[in-house]
This record gives sequence, structure tokens and C-alpha cells, in this order.
Amino acid sequence: MTDISEIIGRSEHRSFLGRITSQQTFWVFLAALLACIALTLLTDTFATERNLFNVTRNFAFVGIIALGMTAVIASGGIDLSVGSTVVISAITIAVVTSSGMPFAVGCAAAIAVALTVGAVNGVLIAYAGMPPFVVTLGMLSVARSLATVLSNNKMIYEFGPDHELLLWIGGGSTLGLPHPLIVMVILAVITSFAFRWTRWGQHVFAIGGNEQAAILTGIPVRQIKVSIYMFSALMAGITGILEVGWLGGVTTNLGQSMELSVIAAAVIGGANLAGGTGTAFGAVVGALLIEVIRNSLILLGISTFWQGTFVGSFIVIAVAFDKFRQAR
Amino acid sequence: MSALELRSISKNFGAIQALKDVSISLEPGEVVGLMGDNGAGKSTLVKVVAGNFSPTTGEILIEGEKAAFHKPLDAQLAGIEVVYQDLALCNNLSAASNVFLGREPTTRFGPFRIIDYRHMRERSAELFARLKSETRPRDQVLRMSGGQRQAVAIARTLLSDAKIVLMDEPTAAISVRQVAEVLRLIRQLRDHGIAIVLISHRMPDVFEVADRIAVLRRGELVCNKRASDSSPEEVTGLITGAIEMA
Repeated sequence: MTDISEIIGRSEHRSFLGRITSQQTFWVFLAALLACIALTLLTDTFATERNLFNVTRNFAFVGIIALGMTAVIASGGIDLSVGSTVVISAITIAVVTSSGMPFAVGCAAAIAVALTVGAVNGVLIAYAGMPPFVVTLGMLSVARSLATVLSNNKMIYEFGPDHELLLWIGGGSTLGLPHPLIVMVILAVITSFAFRWTRWGQHVFAIGGNEQAAILTGIPVRQIKVSIYMFSALMAGITGILEVGWLGGVTTNLGQSMELSVIAAAVIGGANLAGGTGTAFGAVVGALLIEVIRNSLILLGISTFWQGTFVGSFIVIAVAFDKFRQAR
Repeated sequence: MSALELRSISKNFGAIQALKDVSISLEPGEVVGLMGDNGAGKSTLVKVVAGNFSPTTGEILIEGEKAAFHKPLDAQLAGIEVVYQDLALCNNLSAASNVFLGREPTTRFGPFRIIDYRHMRERSAELFARLKSETRPRDQVLRMSGGQRQAVAIARTLLSDAKIVLMDEPTAAISVRQVAEVLRLIRQLRDHGIAIVLISHRMPDVFEVADRIAVLRRGELVCNKRASDSSPEEVTGLITGAIEMA
């Protein structure tokens, strides 16, 4: 059928360059790249192995959670409880391992707790029809409080028989790459694949695009919503485990106000808060840009008090950029 | 044999009787214009046929077979498709993705099942060609005209080999030129032997494509006759109640 292949081919004619430059992710990536080059030239501390190691590791934590957040935002929701999910996961693995259990058990317990947090969020949002903002705001408070109860608000820094293993997993490196970075790359590839090539991914974006349409076409919207919040919580749970290993000790203020950086990373990376758009690569690049800004302020000797101003401005600029692009 | 037959359908919501003893049948390749004022029961009737509501009393027959729908999917499986007023499209997805929304074909990829985009594009291009529409499978619905969007929504019904298509106000919010396009699409569907229920407020559109006119007033079917035997004036009278029954 020649005429049909012709119709398929008659897609919008856009060059490769045109397609790339219309992506917000491209510009954010460019900004991060330029910032890196500028910092390399302006300071002699940026391009050191030690600093780059720190930058990549730090941004990996935000990046991993931003992957989950992108799924949530793409479906038209929001998850404010990720910071608290990080701490409850971290405290869980710390409490379980310090009681003499091996790493695997602690890890499984932490992931199970995180998934439960996500499931509770998801069920309240999907089945009780409550607004995601309210549900996850409540969970933000509840999960952190439960973590405090669980640890009795004590710092935990002894992790039982697999103490060294836990520190190695979160704080170690392989082939010069910090483990959190490796985990982030793997998860980003999986997420990206799931978004683009699975029915789950297609349905996540369909729900974000037009939830009513998704319901009418028979997509199991409720189940998928629950799975989305569980996915987000899973990413936060994994981050919690890695952070314990990196820090070598855990207190209940871990991950405090982290949700803001994570949402910022997702939005800067092209996730639209109205739902329907977002990419895994964008989330990672958004997280990278935030960390590079943070790092540059420190290295340039600018007070870290300015951090919020820069990150906040970038969120607004990213959204303004998106509006401008839509208007064209 | 009738594609769809409704026998004495009534639907009560508490004390309110939304449908009273409605009986009507539809032949394959027939277009029935369903008209009525707001609250006359049009939407309720559509929702009963589409499986959203179960009728309080009465029965639905599909090609002579009794059918019981507990959820929309049951009706879909029986060959009934609904084109909703807002078309139920996702603007952020491509035309092909919208046509296949909720029933994406998958193919094996190692241990995974991935979406078969190639098949989706080819099949939807075929459907658009059948509808003689200019719509392109890869295009985002966001950038489409009202007529193209209609084509996407209608292609969806062709995909599932529907026997009966219910269209809820397809011409309500679009430009005159696009109305012509939609009416053309309706005729295309009819020519494929599909029975169509066209719900509309727009008298000229109904008279242009409908073979038969059905009018609901306060839940009762007050008219069910050939369009050529009726007139816009008569139908207006039936809708408002100036004419009791025809």
C-alpha cells in the first residue's frame, strides 16, 4: 500500500536540529554544560576529581527521585511526600540492620515500607478521589513522624553485620563512578524505556493528557495511579538506602524539604505541572543543572543563602520558557 | 435483523423517571437522529446503551441477542462505540496513539512486551484513508483541526469493528466548514454498514444525514419516523411539546 506509507511519511516536516532545539531538555542541558565550562575556566576547584565526584553523587539522589516525580507530574499529580519517604526508608533499613539483621533484609524492609507509603498515597488519590496535593502533604508529615517514632529520634550509625557493605553501596564507587550515579543511570534508562515503550507509560501520559478520556477508553486509571505513586515512593526508598550508606549515619532530618529540589528538577527538565509531558532524561538533566548551580555558588564563594533564589528563578524561567514555546 | 433493539427501556433515579418505556430499533447502515431538549433523557439513553447505566426495566438486543451490560467494556465488546462530545482525546499524544488508546497492540522485545508503534501507525493510516481524512498518524492531536480530531475519534470506532456508533453532539462546537467534514465522516461510517445514533441539537445537521428521527420528551419517545416524512418545524414542536406525539 504505497499511498498509506506515503500518508505515514507525511508527518510534520522538521529537521533533526529543529526537533532537538524545540525540546526544553536540550536548552537545560546546554545551560548545565555552559555552567560547567564556565566553572572550569573560572575556578581551579571545579574540574577536580574530588569535586566532580561530589557533584555527580549529590545530583544522583535528586535525579533518582525526580524520575519518580516525573511519572507523577506527567500523570497530572504531585508527590510532596518524597522527602519523608526517603527518611522513613533510611530509618527502616538503619533500625533493621542495627538490630543484627543482614543488609538484604533491611533493604527489603525499607523498600516494602516505601512502597506502602506510595500505595497509601495512591489509594487515597485514586479510589477516594482526594487531591494529590492534600494527600501527599499529609503523608509528608505522617511519614517523617513515623520515622522519628521508629528511631526514637536517635542518630543511628551502626548497621549490624553488613555495616561495611551498606557504606560501600551508598558511598563507594566502581570504575571511579559513585554508586548512586550508576544506580541513577540504570533507573533512568529503565524509566525512559517504560515511558516510551510500555502500555503503562502510554497510559501514564494519557491520564495526564485527559483523564476523562483515559477512563472512557477503558484504561484502568485507578490501578495505574496507585502504581505511579508507588513508583515515585520506590525511587525515594532506593534513595533513602543509598543516602544511609553515603552518610554513614542517619537522623530524622534527612531529606527535609528535598521534595522542592525534586519537583524543581522535574519541572526544569520539561515536566509540565498540568500533566501530559515529561521525560526521564529531562528529570536527570534538571537535577544536574540544580546541583551545578549549587556547587558553583559554593566554589565561587557566593553565600549559599542565595541558592534558593537561583533554583527558584530557574523553575520560573523553565515554566515561562514552556509557555513561550506553546504560544508560538 | 436489527443491529440494535431497545424494548421498553425505563430508567429511574430514585423518584425521577429519566426514561419511560422507550422502544426503538436500528438497522445496519441506518442513521437515527436522536433529538430532545436538555434533560429529555438523551444522555441517559446513550449511557444505558453504552453500558454506563443498567436500565431499571426493559431489555437491549444486539443483532437479536439479548445483552446485559454491567460496564462500558461489555458494550464495547458487543460492538457499541461512543464518540463523546469532547471526543475523549488526549492532546499530548499522537493521532495513532489516540486511535489505539486503551488497546495498544504489543510485540515481543526480549523478555518485555513493548508497544507496536509501527502497527499502530499503519493501521490508523489505513483507517484515516478509509474515512478519506487528511489526518496523519504521527501528528499530535493538539495541533489538529476540529474535523481531524473528529476523524481520530471516529477512526477509533472503526478499529474495533463497531456495529453501532453513538455520537454525542459531534457538531456542537465546531466551525461550519468542519461540520460538513463531520457529516461526511458520518456518511462514511454508514456506508460501512454501521448503525449510527446521532444526538444533536442542530436541526439542519440531523436532517442532512439522518434516515430516521427520534424525539425524546421528558423521558418518553414521542416520535420515531422517517426523516423524509417529518420536518424541522414538526420536530421543534415535538421537542417543546407544542405537538403531543407523531
